[in-house]
Amino acid sequence: MTAPTRAHARRPTDDPLWAKALVIGLVLAFLGLVLILPLAAVFAEALRKGLGPAVAAISTPDAWAAIKLTLITAAIAVPFNALFGLCAAWAIAKHDFPGKPLLITLIDLPFSVSPVVAGLIYVLVFGLQGWFGERLIDHDIKIIFAIPGIVLATIFVTFPFIARELIPLMQEQGVSEEEAAVSMGASGLYTFWRVTAPNVRWGLLYGVLLCNARAMGEFGAVSVVSGHIRGLTNTMPLHVEILYNEYDFVSAFAVAALLCLLAIVTLVLKSVLEIAQPDVKRGGGH
Amino acid sequence: MTISIRSVEKKFGRYPALNHVDLEIADGELVALLGPSGSGKTTLLRTIAGLEFPDAGQVLFEGQDVTFASAAARRVGFVFQQYALFKHMTVARNIAFGLDVRKGKDKPPKAEIARRVDELLKLVELDGLGKRYPSQLSGGQRQRVALSRALAVQPSVLLLDEPFGALDATVRKSLRKELRRVHDATGVTTIFVTHDQEEALGLADRVAILNAGRIEQIGTPDEVHDNPATPFVCGFVGEANRFEGTVSGGRFTSGAVSFDANGVKDGAAVGFVRPHDLAPDDGGFEVRVDRVHVQGALASVSASTADGRHVEITASRAEAARFTGTIKLAARKSHVYPA
Repeated sequence: MTAPTRAHARRPTDDPLWAKALVIGLVLAFLGLVLILPLAAVFAEALRKGLGPAVAAISTPDAWAAIKLTLITAAIAVPFNALFGLCAAWAIAKHDFPGKPLLITLIDLPFSVSPVVAGLIYVLVFGLQGWFGERLIDHDIKIIFAIPGIVLATIFVTFPFIARELIPLMQEQGVSEEEAAVSMGASGLYTFWRVTAPNVRWGLLYGVLLCNARAMGEFGAVSVVSGHIRGLTNTMPLHVEILYNEYDFVSAFAVAALLCLLAIVTLVLKSVLEIAQPDVKRGGGH
Repeated sequence: MTISIRSVEKKFGRYPALNHVDLEIADGELVALLGPSGSGKTTLLRTIAGLEFPDAGQVLFEGQDVTFASAAARRVGFVFQQYALFKHMTVARNIAFGLDVRKGKDKPPKAEIARRVDELLKLVELDGLGKRYPSQLSGGQRQRVALSRALAVQPSVLLLDEPFGALDATVRKSLRKELRRVHDATGVTTIFVTHDQEEALGLADRVAILNAGRIEQIGTPDEVHDNPATPFVCGFVGEANRFEGTVSGGRFTSGAVSFDANGVKDGAAVGFVRPHDLAPDDGGFEVRVDRVHVQGALASVSASTADGRHVEITASRAEAARFTGTIKLAARKSHVYPA
């Protein structure tokens, strides 16, 4: 194929200019209204009284505790889901077994269930009045209104991200490379690490980034199981809510801005990945 | 390595992919499994490889039962249609894979592996490309790498699944010669699957023709072409004019068309005549020439009988001049099977 010689060279399948302008304009207007404007508002509100108060707001011990808890939660939930996602995708894409459609449906469950329900599930199971409530108290194990509950709820909600990223990728790649490896005497584990995993590493990284962004931002499910104990069980999104409810707008928006920054960094990383590896979505090693 | 397939059966769901297949392959043979898609040829190859286990029957290597042995235990070299090269490994690492996975004293020293890789790259005429990645190679080169990777483990049998299916015609031709050369150089028993009869007949010592999960005939290329055992083989291997008609008193008749059917019992029958077995003959049946198409040294003639039966004839270019207007044709040779 040769490059278009004229700057405005049009393809035969292009729509008329006015139609393109209209559609693109609509999309941009919509994005601006519901995405960019609020995002800008977050930063504007945070910096309304200058950089000093904003920095002070995220330097309080409570804010620090929330930041730390958020990072700890993500640091546990993301590797867990990466491991689970790899296993699930490998099982689903490369093997046939009874109940496979059920497993695929189950993986999607967290996407279709309201986060509040996701939180309530854990309260019902591990809470004081829950199934294991008394036994947990007897052994002095705290899950609900403590870090384990927050981690569990986060894992539940972010469960599908990595698996969903990897399943289509692995399915598309088929099993012939694995068959080739096995026919040459490679064990199952060796084949997985040397053949399957390298083929999906970019897809895995992409899934990890998305999962991480969601894990840090999760509000609903975590809100139910956290108990909102300042400095102890408040993650960043919960801390934002408390500050906001106390009419401490500058602090609330300062923490919110920090949360946004974390998300933006994640998305920028993702974009850099896509530019560096144009076929990230296809996951090929080249 | 001799290979025996004994009444092997395999079903996918309710669909029988292999139906009582028997096949004996001699040591050092180059055998083609030829058939249309869905005939079970790839399933048979994968069963021999140990990538598929049969529902019933036996696979023997050198008289040893390997029906349920793993592919690795059988020491097969398998070449996949879409190459199945490891994308993130260099060509050299790909070829060395089968040696790299070995453990303990079975694993050759590094220098030995490197030497073997170089040797194999030379064998398939890819010397110096060891450091490339598969994506930096052409389709034909990738398939050569796949071939040398399969040979690296010094397999007892080399199995190839539609090895040239994804390549263009020129590359196919040269790789075909290449496979024959590699086979003759290594002497390894080789089985390949193809749907291309030209490939099967031009390359293999013997051809097994599969249809609907059964082997219809196995024989040398000449045997299956000149003496097809079944109507399917006759229609599938080589060109043939097919007529449905009846046999009476050793003569096959289908409307205006009629030719010899010695030894076939009277009744409904299906008859085949190869285009090059038809020639002008005053004692034959009458056709009207519709079109003469000259291709190099040969001319292919389309003709039709008065009752609308279509006939294809191949003649030499010199003979082409005789095919004008209405002429009479007779079959030098024909194949007639009771219907």
